[in-house]
Amino acid sequence: MRIGDKFAELKEKNEKALIAYACAGDPSAEATKEIVHALVKGGADIVELGMPFSDPVADGPTIQAASTRALEAGMNPDMYFEMAASIEENVPLVCMTYYNLIYKRGNEKFAKDCAEAGITGIIVPDLPAEEADELHVACKHNGVDLIFLITPVTTGKRMEKNLEKTSGFVYIVSRLGVTGERVDVAESTKNILARIDTEVPKAVGFGISNGQQAAEVIKAGADAVIVGSAFVNIIASGENVNERVEKLASELKISCR
Amino acid sequence: MKKSMYGKFGGQFVPEVLMPALTELEEAYERYKDDPEFLKELDFYMKEFAGRETPLYFAKNLSKKYGIKIYLKREDLVHGGAHKLNNTLGQALLAKYMGKKRLIAETGAGQHGTATAMAAANMGFESEVYMGAKDVIRQHMNVYRMELMGSKVNAVESGSKTLKDAINEALRDWVTNVEHTHYLIGSVVGPHPYPMIVRDFQSVIGKEVKEQIMEKEGRYPDSIVACAGGGSNAMGIFYPFIEDKEVKLFPVEAGGKELKTTEKEALHSASLCVGEEGILQGAHTLILQDKYGQILESSSVSAGLDYSGVGPELAHLADIGRITPCTVNDDEALEAFYELSRLEGIIPALESSHAIAYVMKMAKIGKLEELGDLVVINLSGRGDKDLEAVFKLKEEETKEACQ
Ligand SMILES: Cc1ncc(COP(=O)(O)O)c(C=O)c1O
Repeated sequence: MRIGDKFAELKEKNEKALIAYACAGDPSAEATKEIVHALVKGGADIVELGMPFSDPVADGPTIQAASTRALEAGMNPDMYFEMAASIEENVPLVCMTYYNLIYKRGNEKFAKDCAEAGITGIIVPDLPAEEADELHVACKHNGVDLIFLITPVTTGKRMEKNLEKTSGFVYIVSRLGVTGERVDVAESTKNILARIDTEVPKAVGFGISNGQQAAEVIKAGADAVIVGSAFVNIIASGENVNERVEKLASELKISCR
Repeated sequence: MKKSMYGKFGGQFVPEVLMPALTELEEAYERYKDDPEFLKELDFYMKEFAGRETPLYFAKNLSKKYGIKIYLKREDLVHGGAHKLNNTLGQALLAKYMGKKRLIAETGAGQHGTATAMAAANMGFESEVYMGAKDVIRQHMNVYRMELMGSKVNAVESGSKTLKDAINEALRDWVTNVEHTHYLIGSVVGPHPYPMIVRDFQSVIGKEVKEQIMEKEGRYPDSIVACAGGGSNAMGIFYPFIEDKEVKLFPVEAGGKELKTTEKEALHSASLCVGEEGILQGAHTLILQDKYGQILESSSVSAGLDYSGVGPELAHLADIGRITPCTVNDDEALEAFYELSRLEGIIPALESSHAIAYVMKMAKIGKLEELGDLVVINLSGRGDKDLEAVFKLKEEETKEACQ
């Protein structure tokens, strides 16, 4: 499913989107499939599937540890695409990974493998617009959205350029820093949402972990909330994972209605 | 070609949050690099604080043994014991002109961290250094030194617990504190403009060599040999000679145990010699990776060379054939460590020992001719920091021999 279709569907229902993240292969490919099912059952509208990389510089300790567990359990890009292809949920899947895995596979092949596995969006946290031309072309060519990021320090021309390039949605990094749970919603989040001017859905991520934060972000004008580390922490605990993941997703989704 | 590129290498593969900071840094560097006041202040620090210029020393005993003229560029005599201070003084001064309050750095051998701590203490910055937990152990004297000068040292427990992981952690800090913090990278690696800035500040080494060798020998050397981890001492001594095509340039990488890789790790750190193209820590360069693009852990007896990547400009110069990458293994480097100590009364850093070992190795295999008869070796640092590690290795060897 394309991301745009999902947002259109939600608009009809007057709902905002919950975008949930899990690291593929943590703790196993089979488990990830079940977790994705639980996320969607709980109310996730879009699922971001991390493709684990050895050196995830934009991630905090929680997702770093998840990547390490997944790699140690044997996850690799070939398995990733195989697993993604076997997921039957009716939601858009988005691949989040670092650029070297894409570069090594080849931009065109990577985008094509995504399309064939039913992945309709790609987020690459270490690929700024300046370096993204080849992947951008490959994504267009294969009908996959390439999602760019806006941060509290992205202003002026950079902001315009990133908004012009992004498709599917724009990923608003709510604060300076790496991924991970935080207790509050940063003031900077509201500032960005106030100064951003675009038709593309605005998804806010980094630090959101509960329904109250999600509600605040949505009230400030976001079209979607992205939640990662909070789910990953549940997965890491290994206790009642599917039930708890589903429960958290449904709590968060309530804030999106 | 984009101006962030070195041939087909380089670029700026970093999180969006850092892009404005890289632009700000590049603009500040362009503004101050020829500014008389900045240069005057830098010159003062280089002379009075770092102790430049360093001698180009004729190693008479080494020369006699090998039958060619060998000069050592004595970067081991720079304050702190390595070439690293040339770069930290330059960048710290730049950060001061930019109004930054805090410096962060990664370190492998601890030499760059120490040099950062020195510059920070002297110029009044708050500073924090990231160091792989494995390196904290094998270079712990340097940890004390940094702490003495007021730097906070963070042991990094992720990944291979060496230089690569320390850089990851420093990048994470920078992403979080980018508004008032300058990331003082210690080698010619990372996103543009770092490879250019570090190269320029280290080029003082090569510029001095040019004048000194003309004075002593009336000509340029036939070859220049320097060890290469990230490649800053190599770029520093090579760069002023790039246009002098008759001068051969040899970056010596750590061959480790052997030039092989297992599924998860390389038994060496020779990215220029056997690495492949990829993206690591902000740059498109030559890296050690598996078939999927996961970064392999590297290995070397020397912490400062133990890195899975190499500066993009070195990758470019190797690509166009201007430099000749080569390796020596752990044992050869150790042998050179002993030999220079015994023959010249100079204890080299294990990193620099690789450069010396290359000359010894060429002699051993009967190819010394390829280096010509006037050779300059960059003695990038002194070996005091390595004594404990070397003695431990020796003990282990003796134990093994007894069993
Ligand atoms: C003495 C010495 N030489 C060389 C290096 C390697 O760095 P580079 O290749 O950037 O010169 C180090 C790094 O710590 C060092 O301490």
